[in-house]
Amino acid sequence: MANAIDHGPGVLCRSIRKHFGSGEARVEALRGVDFETRFSELSFLVGPSGCGKTTLISIIAGLLDRTDGELSVLGTNLDELAASERVLFRRRNLGFIFQQFNLLPALTAAENVAVPLIAAGTPRRRAVDHARGLLVQLGLGTRLHALPSTLSGGQQQRVAIARALIHEPRLVVCDEPTAALDHASGEAVMDLLAANAVRPGRSVIVVTHDSRVFHYADSIAHMDDGRIVNVTRPSRSQEQPARVLTRALDVADATERRALLQGSYA
Amino acid sequence: MNFVALRMLTGDRAKYFGLVFAIAFCTFLLENQTTIFANIMKRTASQILDVTDAEVWVMDPQTEYWEQTKALKDTDLTRVRGVPGVRWAVRLFKGNPVARTLDGKFAVSFLIGIDDATLAGAPRKMLLGSWSRLREPDSVIIDQAGYILLFPGEPLALDRTLEMNDHRVTIVGISDAAAPFASLPVMHTRYSQAINYLGRERTQLSFIIARPQAGVSAAELTSRIQERTSLRARTTQEFMWDCIRYYLQHTGIPVNFGITIAVALVVGTVVAGQTFYLFTIENLKQFGALKAIGVTNLRLIGMILLQAFTAGTLGFSLGTGMAATFFEIFLHKLATRGIVLMWECVALTAACIFFVVVVASILSIRRVLVLEPAAVFRG
Repeated sequence: MANAIDHGPGVLCRSIRKHFGSGEARVEALRGVDFETRFSELSFLVGPSGCGKTTLISIIAGLLDRTDGELSVLGTNLDELAASERVLFRRRNLGFIFQQFNLLPALTAAENVAVPLIAAGTPRRRAVDHARGLLVQLGLGTRLHALPSTLSGGQQQRVAIARALIHEPRLVVCDEPTAALDHASGEAVMDLLAANAVRPGRSVIVVTHDSRVFHYADSIAHMDDGRIVNVTRPSRSQEQPARVLTRALDVADATERRALLQGSYA
Repeated sequence: MNFVALRMLTGDRAKYFGLVFAIAFCTFLLENQTTIFANIMKRTASQILDVTDAEVWVMDPQTEYWEQTKALKDTDLTRVRGVPGVRWAVRLFKGNPVARTLDGKFAVSFLIGIDDATLAGAPRKMLLGSWSRLREPDSVIIDQAGYILLFPGEPLALDRTLEMNDHRVTIVGISDAAAPFASLPVMHTRYSQAINYLGRERTQLSFIIARPQAGVSAAELTSRIQERTSLRARTTQEFMWDCIRYYLQHTGIPVNFGITIAVALVVGTVVAGQTFYLFTIENLKQFGALKAIGVTNLRLIGMILLQAFTAGTLGFSLGTGMAATFFEIFLHKLATRGIVLMWECVALTAACIFFVVVVASILSIRRVLVLEPAAVFRG
């Protein structure tokens, strides 16, 4: 079963459209997005602010309804699930890493990591024990009882990574995981993510602006103005596409940016 | 997830204590004001409740409450005694003579004249002396507060002398009579003596107090007496409520207290409710993260209710403790003696706090339910 899944796409989006509001206030956030991720890979979703990356991963994660298009997540059509089933699907199969970590400030590092297990019904003590083990693996063995406010940004993101992985999800969605970190911490977090999140039967989507970490990507989908304009599969040693993307992200004008990207990858 | 909810509640100590103390303060205000109001109203019937021997009070149909009586005829006593079901019925006099000490200090008093033969209606809670000494000539029993008023700073002592309407009377006992509505001395004496301590009127009989025979209820007896004598008959409880109702309808006390209680209610509930609501709003991001992780709406509702009822219970308990301590301290002061925290006021306050907690919870739950989990991606 796992092998069969491994060979299919983790996430498959076809012509996904999403608009907010109506009439003159209508905003087209996604204008027909085709996107797919494979298992055992780090799939990057990059693009300028407001291009629709967050909207797309919210739809993929089942947190937001799309207006139109087809979506399959881990072989499941989320449309076929009732709202309560979708919550259970998310709880069982998805792990989240947020830009601002979103750790519960009143819980210790170990307790924060244990939350997904506790939410799924695991007894608290067993869940926290399991969380401690994972935190030790991620190099936070000395900070198990620390509150988030006493941890550095990098440590908080490591706790968030542990929380996202504790229940062995098959899809991990990371939203700007390095944006709030300095370069060294960002690299450390990406090392950790690449080493621990990428597994057979698991797909990892990373939304990021941070060109410094593009070289971790197995595939890079560039979004602009609500569409995927380009997808590349750079080898880890070949950083040329990433550099082009970096330049593209630095260009403010959308038309010029699109031309640059299409020219580079045509 | 209960532990997560409780840790979210207690994690920020400043917010947590702010919330609990807001509810505690609201509880204290409500219990304090309602209890003082209820006890002051109850004081209007203190002398009725002090007469523990009788269950039925008979009075002129025009008599509305304790303070305002129209005298009965002596023959009315015989008529009441003739009503089937009356075990016994005796006279009771109530007047307001001026009591004067030998050194000239004086005070208007409540004088209660009880039946000479049976002494029914005598105060049963004595601090000094015995009510049976009322059989002695020109004897009175005075309450402790009245004694302190007339003999300030002096120790309680028997056989001291007072003058009432040119009569020399001797204090033969000091009672622990319930505080009256007005802070006046309460004195008991025999009926035949009491009528001499006031200016003589043609009729003096204020009330007839009676007790039903075994198998006859007080309510049933009051109906029979009213039917056969055309006099007004009330049970002790009914007469107490008559007095309270009279004061509620004819004085400014309920309006003044009502305003205070309403202000306490509004301020307390708004502060407590708003604090809890803001607490949830400030935690919306955390609830959003939990929602994204896969915590169901039902579980989130449970968490919010747990937080609300934990804070509500703690705040209510603390506030009730504060109110109980307040009344315990002031229970022994002369002016506030007998004012105790009433369970009815605690129950009323509990209902108010429960209402506040439920409303604040509903508003908070609504905010969490409409929260899109995707909001957590927006930083």
